[in-house]
Amino acid sequence: MLEILSDNWLSLLIGQWPHGPMGGLVATIGLAIISLLLAFPLGILLALGRISPYRIFYWPATAVVYVVRGLPLIMFIFWAYFMLPLLINTSVSGVTTMVAALVIYEGAYLAEIIRSGIQALPPGQMEASRSLGMGYMKTMRKVILPQALYNTLPSMLSQFISTVKETSLGFVISVHELTFAAAQINNILLTRPFEVFTLLALTYFVLNLLLTGLVKLIESRMNSSRLVVV
Amino acid sequence: MNYTLDFTALLGNGYPSLVWGGLITTLQMTLLAWLLAFALGSLLAVLRMLNIRLLNYAIATYVAFHRNVPMLVHILLWYFGVASLFPYEFNDHMNMIGGGEFVYSVIAIGLVTSAYVGEDLRSAIRAIPPGQVEAARSLGLSYLQAMRKVVLPQAFTIAIPTLTNQTLLLFKNTSLAMAIGLIELTGAGRAIESATFRTFEIYLVVTALYLGVSLLLMFLGAYLSKRSSAAMAR
Repeated sequence: MLEILSDNWLSLLIGQWPHGPMGGLVATIGLAIISLLLAFPLGILLALGRISPYRIFYWPATAVVYVVRGLPLIMFIFWAYFMLPLLINTSVSGVTTMVAALVIYEGAYLAEIIRSGIQALPPGQMEASRSLGMGYMKTMRKVILPQALYNTLPSMLSQFISTVKETSLGFVISVHELTFAAAQINNILLTRPFEVFTLLALTYFVLNLLLTGLVKLIESRMNSSRLVVV
Repeated sequence: MNYTLDFTALLGNGYPSLVWGGLITTLQMTLLAWLLAFALGSLLAVLRMLNIRLLNYAIATYVAFHRNVPMLVHILLWYFGVASLFPYEFNDHMNMIGGGEFVYSVIAIGLVTSAYVGEDLRSAIRAIPPGQVEAARSLGLSYLQAMRKVVLPQAFTIAIPTLTNQTLLLFKNTSLAMAIGLIELTGAGRAIESATFRTFEIYLVVTALYLGVSLLLMFLGAYLSKRSSAAMAR
C-alpha cells in the first residue's frame, strides 16, 4: 500500500494538473469550499423565508428544504447535469454541475442550521432592536444574524465536513476529484483494488479527522470566551 | 427553453416495469440495510455502556472510520476491494445469483449507518437516569435483560426523531449503489434516460417516487414520535 502511495501521491493530491484539470485532494477541498461559500447566501435567504410570517416567503423556502431532505444528492446532480445547459444555453463542465447541485443541497441544510440559530436567540433581542426604531431587515442584519451566525459556526463547519464527503459523488459524472483519481489509479494497477480503495478511505479519514479536530477546537474556544464574558 | 413533455415514450419497451423493479430494489436495500444498521447500532450502543476501555477505543475507531469516509468510498471499497479478497469462485457465484452489487452496497450502507445509529442510541441511553438500570438489576434482571427490557425500549423512544432522520438518509443513500452499476431507482432512471432521451419526464417520475417515499417516512417518524411522547406523558 505504501508503494502505491509513493508512486501515485502526486495524482492523488492534484490529479493531472498542470497537464490537465486540477484534481485529487486539492480539487475535493476546493469544490467543498466553493460550494459551501456559494451556498451560504442561499442558506441565509432560505432561513429568513422559513421564519417569515408571510406565506409567499414561507412556503417556497419550506418546499425547497423538504425537497432537498427527500431527494438523494445524486438526483440533484443529474437534474443539474440536464437543466443547467438548457437554462444558460451552453454546455457546462462537470465541476460547474457539481457546484450547482451542491449549492442547492447544502443551501437547504445550512438554512436549517441558521434558522435554529436565529430561533435560539431570546426574542427580546428582536423586540429591543425594533423598539429602538430599527426596521426588520436592519435588525436582522445588525443584531440577529451576527449572533446567530457566530453561534452556529460549529454546526456550519460540521456541514463543511459533510460537503467534503459529498464531493465524492462527483465521481459519478467524472469530475476530477479524489475518488476519481483513486479509481483511475485502480484502473491502471488493475490487480490491487483493496489496497487502492483502502488508501482512498484512509485519505478521507485523516482529512475529516483533522477537520473534526478543528471544529472541536473552535467550539471549546467559543465556550471558554463566553465563560469569561459572563 | 422549448421542450415538449411527452410521457407516452415512457410507457413502452417495458420501461414501467423497469422503474417499478428499481423502486422495489431500492426499498429492499433500504429494509435490509436498515435491519443491519439498527441491529449493529444497538449492539454498539450496548457494548459502549459496558465501559471496557479497550472496547471503547475499538468502537470509537469503528464509528470515526465510518462517519469520516464518504459512503460512496465505502461502497467502492466493499465492491471492488473487499470482494477481491474472496476466492474467484465465490464472486462468480455471487454474480451468478445476480447480487454482488446488491449485497456489497447493502453491507456498506448498513455498516456506515450503524455507526450513526449507535451514536444516536448512545446519547439517548445517557439521557435515561442510571437509577433505571439499578432498579432493574435489583429486581433480579440480568444486565442484558435490563438493557433489552428497560433501557433500549426507552432509548429508542427518545431517539425517534434522530432515528427517523437516519432512516431517511439511509433510504436516500441507497441511490449511491448506481455508481457500481446496480439498477435501483436512480439506475433505472438513468438507463431509461439514455435509451429514450426523455430526460425531463423520467427524472420527474423518479423524483416524485423518491419524494413520495421520503415524505411517507417523515410522516411516519412524526406519528411515532407524537404517539410515544403521549405514551411517555401518561
